[in-house]
Amino acid sequence: MAGLTWTTFSAPSRFEPLAGKLIPWLWALTAVFALAGLWVGFAIAPTDFQQGQSYRIIFIHVPAAWMSMVLYVAMAFWASIGWAFRVKLASMVARAIAPTGALFTFLALWTGALWGKPTWGTWWVWDARLTSELILLFLYLGFIALVEAIDDPVRGDHAGALLALVGVVNVPIIYFSVKWWNTLHQGSSISMTAAPKMASTMLTSMLLMTIAFWAYAFAVVFARTRAVILERERDAQWVQALARSAR
Amino acid sequence: MWSLIRRDWQLAARRRVEALLPLVFFIVAASLFPLGVGPEPQMLRTMAPGALWVCALLASLLSLTGLYGPDFADGSLEQFLLCGQSVPGLALAKAFAHWTIFGLPLVITAPLLGVMFDVKGPELATLTLGLLLGTPVLSLLGGVGAALTLGLRSGGMLIVLLVLPLAIPVLIFGAGAVTAVSAGISPDGHLSLLGALLLMTLLGAPWATGAALRIALD
Amino acid sequence: MVTGTSTDAHTPSAATPALHTHNLGCQRGGRLLFSRLNLAVQPGQAWWVRGPNGRGKTSLLRLLAGLSRPAEGHIDRGLPLVFMGHQHALKDDMSALEALQFLTRLHSEPSEDDALLQAMTRLGVAHRRKAMVRTLSQGQRRRVALSRLALPAAPRTWILDEPFDALDDEGVATLNTLIQQHCAGGGAAVFTSHQEVHMPGMHTLWLEAAGA
Repeated sequence: MAGLTWTTFSAPSRFEPLAGKLIPWLWALTAVFALAGLWVGFAIAPTDFQQGQSYRIIFIHVPAAWMSMVLYVAMAFWASIGWAFRVKLASMVARAIAPTGALFTFLALWTGALWGKPTWGTWWVWDARLTSELILLFLYLGFIALVEAIDDPVRGDHAGALLALVGVVNVPIIYFSVKWWNTLHQGSSISMTAAPKMASTMLTSMLLMTIAFWAYAFAVVFARTRAVILERERDAQWVQALARSAR
Repeated sequence: MWSLIRRDWQLAARRRVEALLPLVFFIVAASLFPLGVGPEPQMLRTMAPGALWVCALLASLLSLTGLYGPDFADGSLEQFLLCGQSVPGLALAKAFAHWTIFGLPLVITAPLLGVMFDVKGPELATLTLGLLLGTPVLSLLGGVGAALTLGLRSGGMLIVLLVLPLAIPVLIFGAGAVTAVSAGISPDGHLSLLGALLLMTLLGAPWATGAALRIALD
Repeated sequence: MVTGTSTDAHTPSAATPALHTHNLGCQRGGRLLFSRLNLAVQPGQAWWVRGPNGRGKTSLLRLLAGLSRPAEGHIDRGLPLVFMGHQHALKDDMSALEALQFLTRLHSEPSEDDALLQAMTRLGVAHRRKAMVRTLSQGQRRRVALSRLALPAAPRTWILDEPFDALDDEGVATLNTLIQQHCAGGGAAVFTSHQEVHMPGMHTLWLEAAGA
């Protein structure tokens, strides 16, 4: 392990094989924790006093929402590192995170709708948190649209970093304004925060699902990063050698 | 900086029709709402703040491709970056020029459109004041979007997609102020929040626009 | 690898180069255009940057001007710069004089009417100064843009991308003289050109393919 430093794996050529080795393990972790989390959530946790069985969807909804927010910050962080220190791999990782983040946002919205229907009779509710999730989805889509529209990869990396930074700064402002808007127009009769009191098994299930989502996110982001690396560095010698040996 | 603002005014005056297009859009789009939902005055009065604010938002955003596009195409932008003056200062000047040409007309026209929606006096005043505070924010945020998307094929639509989410707080506080007045509450809270947004955007947006311009011209 | 040659004896080097690059590297669209470029432009020198299309001539000029950040290396600048790119930075909807005046004010250069008139006369375009830029031919626009160079100024480094483009023989001769006089006065010039350039004492920089 001699010579292993913080920057050892910042070269795309060394990150790519490392990621390749880790991915199967990450998938295994995902499967294990997801099964555990779903089992605890759907089989073991008690039926809610008010909402019956339908509340169980929050075991997916809440971890998905957490992931969507954490991934946005991670994406902005890595993109900024790539911009400030000109580390291409960091920018590639940021690009790889974006679709997964958008997916979790979409999942959170969808499961939010599935929860809303049996509970309040409507598929959509303009609750402050759900509305903020929707806006977060727009921010993700904006990032993806911008970096895809720019042909020059370096300009795309840096423009994306700036946009993500602007987004991160604005998210608290947007959330605050949406909460304000929500309390003005609806009072607090309908709110996602009126979640059932957390029995410890419910909390366990959510934590297990969160870990499962983390492992999934790592697996998918690593896989996507590898694809981005191979495409961006296709003229480099190590990629050419890889392609030759694969033939 | 002032010579840049005067130059933009001069160029807009020589292309008056193009400068007025977003205003025309504002009027036409606002007029669509009564046609779409029916002329019942009570409903129009309730809808008016939101509808007018959304139309003002869209009209502002549509005028953004002309903010840096022509200067980028004819090489003027490169000269701006090389002349030794502060780039955020330049972004501020461009945003100010943009606001006076495209934003102010919206502020002036909005009360007239409000009358079409049967909006009463105090609400009209709040609407106008809100737009007066909010349209500069849109020009400033729009500058960031326009700079990020310089020279891209899908520029116009992309700017809208990028800037709209960021403009949502302005929409909420601006329209909310008018609704508050209708409900008999003071709009001061909303308007001061709008003012705060304006201050924050004045501090942050020119810097972000400058960075985006450098990225686009790298 | 890049090579530089001169067509005549070197002018004596001053203590500080007008422009000095150290191991400059340039990347465009993911491709490495050139690397390890070491160029020293002394005051009084004119440099013609040559090479096949797509080899990074324009990119080099933009790096020298400070519009782009280099992928590797750095640049020291001893003199203030003037950069003129492919486009002229003249607004279509302004008159030639107005457009030139805006540019000179922007760069804090002399911008009174008589100074500009004199410069435009030197470039042979004073008779069109009231015409809208939109109505000028490409060659006339080029002359208006180049008028900036005919204004009185302290020695600077001129970085010109294809300045001879669209000029007729007379225009080419005028620009040629302008550059020589500028360098004789202690300034420096770096430019690209598709056409042949003949200038006594001029240096040439060839950008070859990196690793080709």
